[in-house]
Amino acid sequence: MKIFVHGVGVLGPGIENWESCRRLFKEQCSYDDSVTPDPMPSILPANERRRSSDVVRWSLHVAHEAVQQSQFDPKKMASVFASSGGETGILHKICQSLDSDPPMVSPTLFHQSVHNAAAGYWSIASGSQRPSTSLACYDSSFAAGLLEAATLLSANQEEAVLFVAYDTPAPFPLHETRPIIAPFAMAFVLSKQAAPNSVSMLDITLLPDRMDHASTAMSQSSFEELRSGNPAARSFPLLRTIATNLACCVYFDFLDNLQLRIDHKPCQPFLD
Amino acid sequence: MIPLLFGHSTLVTAIGRGKSEHIRALREQRSGLQPCHFQGSNLPTYMGMVEGLEDVSFPSSLSRFHCRNNQLALLGLQQDGFESYIAKARRQYGSHRIGVLIGTSTAGILETELAYQQKDAVTGKLPASFVPRGRYTQDTFSVAHFVREYLQLTGPAAVISTACSSSAKVFATASRYIEAGLCEAVVVGGVDSLCLTTLHGFSALQLTAPGPCRPCDVNREGLTIGEAAAFIFLENASTNENQPETRLLGYGESSDAYHMSHPHPTGQGATLAMQASLASSALSISDIDYIHMHGTATVANDQTEDRAIASMFRAETPCSSTKGWTGHTLGAAGAVAVALGDLCLQYGFLPGCLNTNTIDPSFSSQVLLENQERPIRSIMNNFFGFGGNNCTLILGRR
Repeated sequence: MKIFVHGVGVLGPGIENWESCRRLFKEQCSYDDSVTPDPMPSILPANERRRSSDVVRWSLHVAHEAVQQSQFDPKKMASVFASSGGETGILHKICQSLDSDPPMVSPTLFHQSVHNAAAGYWSIASGSQRPSTSLACYDSSFAAGLLEAATLLSANQEEAVLFVAYDTPAPFPLHETRPIIAPFAMAFVLSKQAAPNSVSMLDITLLPDRMDHASTAMSQSSFEELRSGNPAARSFPLLRTIATNLACCVYFDFLDNLQLRIDHKPCQPFLD
Repeated sequence: MIPLLFGHSTLVTAIGRGKSEHIRALREQRSGLQPCHFQGSNLPTYMGMVEGLEDVSFPSSLSRFHCRNNQLALLGLQQDGFESYIAKARRQYGSHRIGVLIGTSTAGILETELAYQQKDAVTGKLPASFVPRGRYTQDTFSVAHFVREYLQLTGPAAVISTACSSSAKVFATASRYIEAGLCEAVVVGGVDSLCLTTLHGFSALQLTAPGPCRPCDVNREGLTIGEAAAFIFLENASTNENQPETRLLGYGESSDAYHMSHPHPTGQGATLAMQASLASSALSISDIDYIHMHGTATVANDQTEDRAIASMFRAETPCSSTKGWTGHTLGAAGAVAVALGDLCLQYGFLPGCLNTNTIDPSFSSQVLLENQERPIRSIMNNFFGFGGNNCTLILGRR
């Protein structure tokens, strides 16, 4: 399945946006992950932003960055939101309040707890009435989400798809059941047709086994730690490939036995 | 879209285990709803509970998946010879050519709720025995992980979690998987189990009825939460042309872009999904014999859905909700309604709205109060979830 990338959004420890991510990979500067930026999803109305969960702020921040770069109309875009844990912060608060006497759940927390909360807030903020899928696939959530976005395009159903992958650490004590080491979110605006400002072409193939290739890893240990410590940061090898503007191939483990192979071709001669 | 054949299907809900118990309960108008006593909870509402779930035991190699949600999945897979059909399909297609797509909203969150009640009084930690089990119980993907391992399938898999449209969306994704050649067949399903989060959450939103739910009734007071598992094996119909079984003919998806927990007042999002499903099936309004409503029995849902249906179908196409039998099974509602719709097509049966006495006089669609026995060829099924997530599926049989 061949698809085109028109915009990229990234937010993580020491990574403020796609531009800073690109510089990190391109210039191979040392990665300082000591400062985690605050997400600022300016597409959300101020009152919603105050009430919204970490997950909503992180995912909408990168979604908005990718959409702005692409210059596509977000109203015309379907969306795919991929996250392993979803709203773990909200689930923690609900489990706490169910453990009180009498047990109760706040109505706001309850509607914020659904796995598709971020997608719901995005559709309201962007005004998109196009289809929206929220999915989970443990450590393969990025791969499963990218596959979902690609099949939406390949079925000729949608002109453009916003794909967002994100996970944030759960609060104590829930954190112990699934230690996500740091928050991370990334987004692509994707379409089947090339556009003048297309960044890259991706050719995605599902491989029935992982006999021949190891999953692509990161050489710098701090990147590799985040890659393996947050399911959304599994996207690092592809982000690096796009940032360095190289034609090459990256492999992503998908479930315990499958792999995605992504052949990357840059669309612009220079990315500066 | 390319029609997809229902190679096999099965379901477990509050009204019974397997398809024959379901068609009997539908015909006998026997509801599965009862006063809520789940986990000692005394919420003033009803529930649709699957009895005996606690006794479902796992093969020892899969005991790590033990939780109410996966017990429900396992009980479902054991009905109607579903697992032996999959064993045969595995030999026909190869295990890596069969995908697994399951919809759930709860996953095994009940396990986490209970673990929080057993936190260490000093350290605040969850029980050490629970920590390594989180991945196999509470984690959103756990139910698809379990189904994939239990059925020994190795194709692509995911959980779709879009609240009450979750296990309707899996049909759309399965169709795209097969069209893109990622696999040749898909086990789709929905599994959602009772837990304190949904019982207290819907109660806090004042959306639960004090008695059994009454879809489309003028005095409806809200929904009844139920639990269920339903599975359908979808295969490419063009390679099985002579089979009489039900087919998935079309799907339509949309977003309300309006509010997190209230439907769009004019039913605009619902209408978009219904129109898209007709376009994808290349059918017209007059081809639809019956509309299986989302019909949760909340004031807002039923009113909005009536408006959307009436705006397209006027009062010409009979419609009803089966929530009076099963309750609203949330993330499983899609697969449950499709499995029930499959029975309606097979037996020539149109369900009335159970527990409903007087149809809301403001409604202008043709809501059925009484069961009807007559052949039908196609059904439109509606599903709407929190976040304004809508999905419509069209089923048909020759």
